[in-house]
Amino acid sequence: MPEVPIDAGNTAWMLISTALVLFMTPGLAFFYGGMVRSKNVLGMLMQNFFAMGILGILWALIVFSLAFGKFGDGGWIGNMDFFAMEDVTQKGAILGQGTWVAGGAGLTLTIPLILFCAYQMTFAIITPALITGSTADRMKFRAYVVFISAWLILVYAPVAHWVFAGGWLAKLGALDFAGGAVVHINAGAAALALCILLGKRKGWPETPMHPHSLPWTMIGTGILWFGWAGFNAGSALAADGIAAQALFNTFTAASAAMIGWVIVETMKDGKPTTLGAASGAVAGLVAITPCAGFVGGMSGILIGLVTGGVCFLALGLKHRFGFDDSLDVVGVHLVGGLLGSILLGFFATTKVNAGGFDGLFAGGGTDLLLHQVIASFVTLAFSFAVSFAIGKVIDLTIGLRVSEEDEEIGLDLSQHAETAYAS
Amino acid sequence: MKLITAVIKPHKLNDVKDALKAIGVQGLSVEEIKGFGRQGGHTELYRGAEYHIDLIPKVRIDVVIDADRVQEVVDCIVEAARTGKIGDGKVWITPVEQLVRIRTGELDADAV
Repeated sequence: MPEVPIDAGNTAWMLISTALVLFMTPGLAFFYGGMVRSKNVLGMLMQNFFAMGILGILWALIVFSLAFGKFGDGGWIGNMDFFAMEDVTQKGAILGQGTWVAGGAGLTLTIPLILFCAYQMTFAIITPALITGSTADRMKFRAYVVFISAWLILVYAPVAHWVFAGGWLAKLGALDFAGGAVVHINAGAAALALCILLGKRKGWPETPMHPHSLPWTMIGTGILWFGWAGFNAGSALAADGIAAQALFNTFTAASAAMIGWVIVETMKDGKPTTLGAASGAVAGLVAITPCAGFVGGMSGILIGLVTGGVCFLALGLKHRFGFDDSLDVVGVHLVGGLLGSILLGFFATTKVNAGGFDGLFAGGGTDLLLHQVIASFVTLAFSFAVSFAIGKVIDLTIGLRVSEEDEEIGLDLSQHAETAYAS
Repeated sequence: MKLITAVIKPHKLNDVKDALKAIGVQGLSVEEIKGFGRQGGHTELYRGAEYHIDLIPKVRIDVVIDADRVQEVVDCIVEAARTGKIGDGKVWITPVEQLVRIRTGELDADAV
């Protein structure tokens, strides 16, 4: 692996971005934690915080290597070159030189390879944590830990390889700036599989199960929005114009999606809600994720506006099909991720990023659109199928779901022997 | 001795308390409660899902008073708690057999 000198500006930005993305997981914990009933809030917080525990270790040990080994091979999975942090140096590096990536020049990292590894680790932590929204209030903690561990190895590592590490989807010509497919479609499909396997919460949908603290949800939304700067602008892997473009697109897409969601919500139900504003902003952040460094002008705002309205309407899917996706991971992350990934096929332009492709509106024809659709639905199908299989094996061995009595008591007391609020 | 119990809208508590103090009522106790009457509940919206909340927050005030002041106190509460909209609440009166002040052992009217 050829070494290259590190760039101080890029390294400084990526150190900050890594911290920003890590902070999104506690943000997600508060976003979700506010939406569950007060007897399940510690269960939700613990699941999210514990992802920062177990997944960081797995990443260092094996998953970074499985995802980013054999960079640029156009293949399905990495290898053991970086097993247990072997050769993950403090120096800059060129990944995938001599392969198809950048015409054989490979991906030049002017930041320490160990920093690239740390940055990608924060993605690997939040992605499985996103799933907790669909399984809320009823999944055994032990089963959760086994699930996200197996999922990181069997689902996240290969999909990250296909898209982020010059694997077969990247070689095909699909674009994903910061994880529309790898993070959001991937987690959204897994969330759908798990909530179908788990079944509905006891009493859903007849019994009201409304959020116990929307102020928490608003705090979580603020943290997510803030952290997303690192998620998307950091994905430029440099402190440059593309990073700035990604940051601007990220923030304005969130703004537009909030507006889109609240407008449709108010037209349909009569009132603009705080939960709607928060959900709309997050849906916009999801949709702009694959597009952030590839679109310019008003594209980010248009993508956000459409996403806000469509994701609000997508909430009805769970009622129509009867799956208890408790906190709408499918409606927000799966649908938002699909929208962003596919809309990129229309809005992408090489004027913004010469490393990308032109979409339909930039005169690039339908090639990119076709590749985006393939990448989106392959990721969806793969993640759904393997997640379902992992979940089924866990269900048949240690059991996925808590007992009816434990569900009634709440996860805080039954899984962790604690209560959140003194009474 | 009579016990006057009033169930009122929570935001009218301060008005009622101040009005009772102004006519010389020496003490009362207050509890936050939930319930429903003719007003029924209300509807809450979470991500497009409507939840009907049957039991809504009210405040209950208890005042023990000498029988000859009952009408004055009831009128005072009714006047202070009224908004004219549905859900203003109710006031009712129950007889009290005996009242004891714990500190001194005084009884009935002396203990008010």
